[in-house]
Amino acid sequence: MAATATFRIYRGDASGGEFVEYSTETYPGMVVLDAVHDIQAKQAPDLAVRWNCKAGRCGSCGAEVNGKPRLLCMTRVDKFPAGEPITVTPMRAFPHLRDLVTDVSWNFKVAKKIPPLKPIPPESDGAWRMQQYDIDRIQEFRKCIECFLCQDVCHVVRDHDRKEEFVGPRFLIHLATLDMHPLDTLDRRPMLREAFGVGYCNITRCCTEVCPEHITITDNAIIPLKERVADDFYDPLQWLWRKVTGSKGRRRLPVVKA
Amino acid sequence: MAKSSVHLPVVGFGNTLRRDAWWAGPLATGAVLVAFIVYATFRAFENGLYEWGPYLSPFYSPRLPAERIGIGWLSPAMLILPGPASFRLTCYYYRKAYYRAFAMDPPACAVGERSRDYRGETRILLFQNLHRFALYLAILVLAFLWHDVWKALWFTDELGGVHFGVGVGTLVLLANTSLLTLYTFSCHSLRHLVGGGVDSYSTAPLGRLRHLLWRGVSRLNLRHMVWAWCSLFSVALTDLYIRCVATQTFSDLRLL
Repeated sequence: MAATATFRIYRGDASGGEFVEYSTETYPGMVVLDAVHDIQAKQAPDLAVRWNCKAGRCGSCGAEVNGKPRLLCMTRVDKFPAGEPITVTPMRAFPHLRDLVTDVSWNFKVAKKIPPLKPIPPESDGAWRMQQYDIDRIQEFRKCIECFLCQDVCHVVRDHDRKEEFVGPRFLIHLATLDMHPLDTLDRRPMLREAFGVGYCNITRCCTEVCPEHITITDNAIIPLKERVADDFYDPLQWLWRKVTGSKGRRRLPVVKA
Repeated sequence: MAKSSVHLPVVGFGNTLRRDAWWAGPLATGAVLVAFIVYATFRAFENGLYEWGPYLSPFYSPRLPAERIGIGWLSPAMLILPGPASFRLTCYYYRKAYYRAFAMDPPACAVGERSRDYRGETRILLFQNLHRFALYLAILVLAFLWHDVWKALWFTDELGGVHFGVGVGTLVLLANTSLLTLYTFSCHSLRHLVGGGVDSYSTAPLGRLRHLLWRGVSRLNLRHMVWAWCSLFSVALTDLYIRCVATQTFSDLRLL
């Protein structure tokens, strides 16, 4: 006899909803998205779920399984205790549209606010050149698949709804990519401190815990950004050094303000 | 098909759909930190039993003539401990630990927290940006602690002669100072200062060296949390060991 599992799936829309329990057969290697598809095919054809690649690459199927933000397609059913229902809910930090689907468009609006890379002029042959060891650090951040699980779990966004003042971990990664880029010519640190609100992050590392790409968001991106902001705004010794030497820090960059 | 009407979002302090023991981590963290603070405060006020033979407790190192200040209850530890304490208070690892355990901001990932006017580290907590200055103090204290390890290798006999030796206390001091060194040199601020702030190592002055240093600190930094806890335990246990030897609860075993 095939094994079965019970799923408590949140059904509803912005006006309200409820948990509905579904039982479905399981098989070795089954992931929660498989179960949701099975339920959709056989029991609830109107169940809304966003998905695309089913391989952990597109970042579409972010939701919360037993209360933790996860990709449905990368969460195996057998990791949960057999016999206990598995709860599946939409991401809580974003406006709820229907069932497991939320409106993540706030993230795309934030992305538009960030000044893009402005590299130094290319060399005479039209190419930009940099050393691999200059770029190693930021290649980790390019693994981001924009699933927004880090945004969902971040308590500044999730519990305090500081979406106006704080850009969230996903975009702090992006800002770190730009700020650490060896060829970039813009200084985004005033924006980072003011409009992007890096100070709102209190280093509780939930973003790193949920990242399906295992990007060390807090230690490798956010803390270095906080230290860079400290260099420019909170370190009296560096301020004195800049006054004495007339230096503006690492490079003379045009300052971008919000 | 059973139905129950729980509405999302699940908000409010402690509310969550998580079923694991999310409270265990903050609870254990809070308990250990409170125990350490209570013990360190007791020892700072005790103002005694902090040395035996060549051993000096890390709570009382370096030796400071606190009595000259003329405040009766002021002990050297009260002057010394704010330095290392500021390093731990502003440490990027401990911030996570105590924001979760004490401020419950948040108590754990995806667990509801108190509704209030959250400002993060933008207002009253702006001082956290001064972590690098606490690091400088910690490095200074480390220099004294390594000097104490050196002194713990030289024992005075009954006739006043000084001889090289190794006791269990020497090894305790060595282990403690080593762990404190690993904790200090795995610091996120140090990682930034030695090379993390450089964008283009290949063109920056001393870029190769700074990249090498940054990589070295980055390797240590991977276990910053481990060093943070191990060194917290070791510093308390080292002080306790010296107190026990000084009160003759047990004797220091001489190995060499």
